[in-house]
Amino acid sequence: MEKQFPITKWVDENGNITGEDYKEMVTEELARTFYQHMIRIRTFDKKGISLQRQGRIGTYAPYEGQEASQVGSALALETEDWLFPSYRDHGAAMTFGHSLKNILLFWNGRNEGCIPPEGKNIFPPGIPIATQLPHAVGAAFAEKRKGTKNTAIVYFGDGATSEGDFHEGLNLASVFEAPVVFFNQNNRYAISVPMEKQMKTKTIAQKALAYDIPGVRIDGNDVFAVYFETLKAMDRARAGEGPTLIEAVTWRYGAHTTADDPTKYRDQMESERKRNETDPVLRVERLLKNNGWFDEAWAERMQKQAAEEVDAAVAEMESFPPADPADIFDHVFAEPTWQLQQQKQEYFQAKKGVPVWNQQQQ
Amino acid sequence: MESTTAVKKKTMTLVQAITDGMRTMLAEDENVLVLGEDVGKNGGVFRATDHLQEEFGEGRVMDTPLSEAGFIGAAIGMAVNGLRPVAEIQFLGFIYPAYEQIMTHASRLRSRTMGHFTVPIVIRAPYGAGVRAPEIHSDSTEAIFTHMPGLKVVCPASPVDAKGLLIAAIEDPDPVLFLEPMRCYRSSREEVPVGKYTVEIGKANKLQEGNDVSIITWGAMVPVASQAVKEMEAKGVSCELIDLRTLYPIDRDTIAASVQKTGRTVIVHEAHGTGGVGNDVLAIVNDTSFLYQKAPVERVTGFDSPVPFFGFEDEYLPTPARVKHAIEKVIKF
Repeated sequence: MEKQFPITKWVDENGNITGEDYKEMVTEELARTFYQHMIRIRTFDKKGISLQRQGRIGTYAPYEGQEASQVGSALALETEDWLFPSYRDHGAAMTFGHSLKNILLFWNGRNEGCIPPEGKNIFPPGIPIATQLPHAVGAAFAEKRKGTKNTAIVYFGDGATSEGDFHEGLNLASVFEAPVVFFNQNNRYAISVPMEKQMKTKTIAQKALAYDIPGVRIDGNDVFAVYFETLKAMDRARAGEGPTLIEAVTWRYGAHTTADDPTKYRDQMESERKRNETDPVLRVERLLKNNGWFDEAWAERMQKQAAEEVDAAVAEMESFPPADPADIFDHVFAEPTWQLQQQKQEYFQAKKGVPVWNQQQQ
Repeated sequence: MESTTAVKKKTMTLVQAITDGMRTMLAEDENVLVLGEDVGKNGGVFRATDHLQEEFGEGRVMDTPLSEAGFIGAAIGMAVNGLRPVAEIQFLGFIYPAYEQIMTHASRLRSRTMGHFTVPIVIRAPYGAGVRAPEIHSDSTEAIFTHMPGLKVVCPASPVDAKGLLIAAIEDPDPVLFLEPMRCYRSSREEVPVGKYTVEIGKANKLQEGNDVSIITWGAMVPVASQAVKEMEAKGVSCELIDLRTLYPIDRDTIAASVQKTGRTVIVHEAHGTGGVGNDVLAIVNDTSFLYQKAPVERVTGFDSPVPFFGFEDEYLPTPARVKHAIEKVIKF
């Protein structure tokens, strides 16, 4: 099966273009765009971890190492497409146009973080694993029914492929011929469980065979392969040819979230080695250098620009007005039920005086 | 019932009224879409979608794979993207694979996104015992759904209510679980208005006025309680019979007015007693009318066993005799 589903690579670890066919497509302009976006979301990710360490946001799920997968795929979308992220895909969501401030608000325990900018079809992150796949199928089906060319992309990890919703989502999409791209980031660990304990198959792409849809396996750290293969899958979907399963083979350098310690379940030297050898940002930098397209001053400018943008988002997040407890009650239904109205009234009445429960505790 | 343009009526069973409700909305709103297992050519295992695919085509009345979590999840995506899906679960006992999709997404998406994304879906599910169905086909687990914030739970007992509530559910901006008492599907007929009308979600129906005791029930237990009420009336006990029709949000005001008048309360439901919706009714009696009560509230419910094989289902289900016994108990207290 590994032979049947080889890993497609456009640019190798050393920044060399792997085939003559790709040479025209791997342009300086694209390389710079990818580099800039990857720097931007990596800067955000590093900040996310440090904010958590400082107690300025809650638990945070880092994606460092997976930037090529997230940037390459998200840049392949058209403005009106749908994006269904999991909790580790805010890199993709931000690349597609989500607000950095809102993403920070999400990680800081605020519902506002689930709201995408006006006109952007970005779902709140799927938290229970794989549950977002059927949503993407439904939203894509609705686009097809409306007669648009819009598609949906849905992100999930290797562990998600063991869930029922993965199989139900792929099967439904296949039967409905829904214009959806299933974008798997195989980072080879579901929290602590390695891929070989997750599944007997050597690839995830081969699971597409069961649904009679194309399965594509790509180097998830090669942003060019990710971008062009996602584009191809999107084009198929737009042309009414149905769904595609993409397996982007990648690696998360850090922990599952800031609440766990990866040294408990794997040798983190592996992550260090990968940082030097297969890093997605370094690869584009090498490509730029190999072709004489690299400009040190420009790269520094990009770094600085990203840091400024992220810092500004952090400032916005930290100056955001405090949560209004009325929001607990007001958004459960279009019209609050009498239960919610009563509970809200009692809550605010108690808040005006010394709450009864506080008195009891004292 | 709210005023409507329809005055013509047609005799229908409860299941025919449900079909008519879907037909009415499929004709009215092109975004309404019926989906589920066997709902197409077969017209549903109970024929609730009979002929709808012929009338509206495969694009509007869709057979789905056998995939409750999958198609409820897909219905959520459809609803968020402008459609109005009406999904059929063949039996309530088969809804559990979709529980996560309903609990985590359908009922919560409005709240998560502060109203940015909403999920106007209807999930129809026949429920309850008493039709000698095979094992697992007879569950009455409404309480695990009324416990779910963000979901409305509706349970009609008559053809007129079934159609009016279904149309109201389809038009509701929030997700609605629509429970259909399969025991009542074809057990009686009623004159049902032709065309569109709605019955308000959240409003109970007082089926009979009375002064001595309030009987509060819903769904397939309405005819059972009604039989008991008739027999007690013959003995000179004046019973007020209330069909809740909506289980979330429950009609507190109708319950309070009734139990304050009668001072005695009997709650009847076929679901297991522990954690049942009857306890929420009891809490309303307690919160609104504690000092009016002349006797402890009685509950007549299914047992805390799994719904048994149909060989015992008549023993499990509340009967008019059990309801009468409870009425006598609160009267004689």
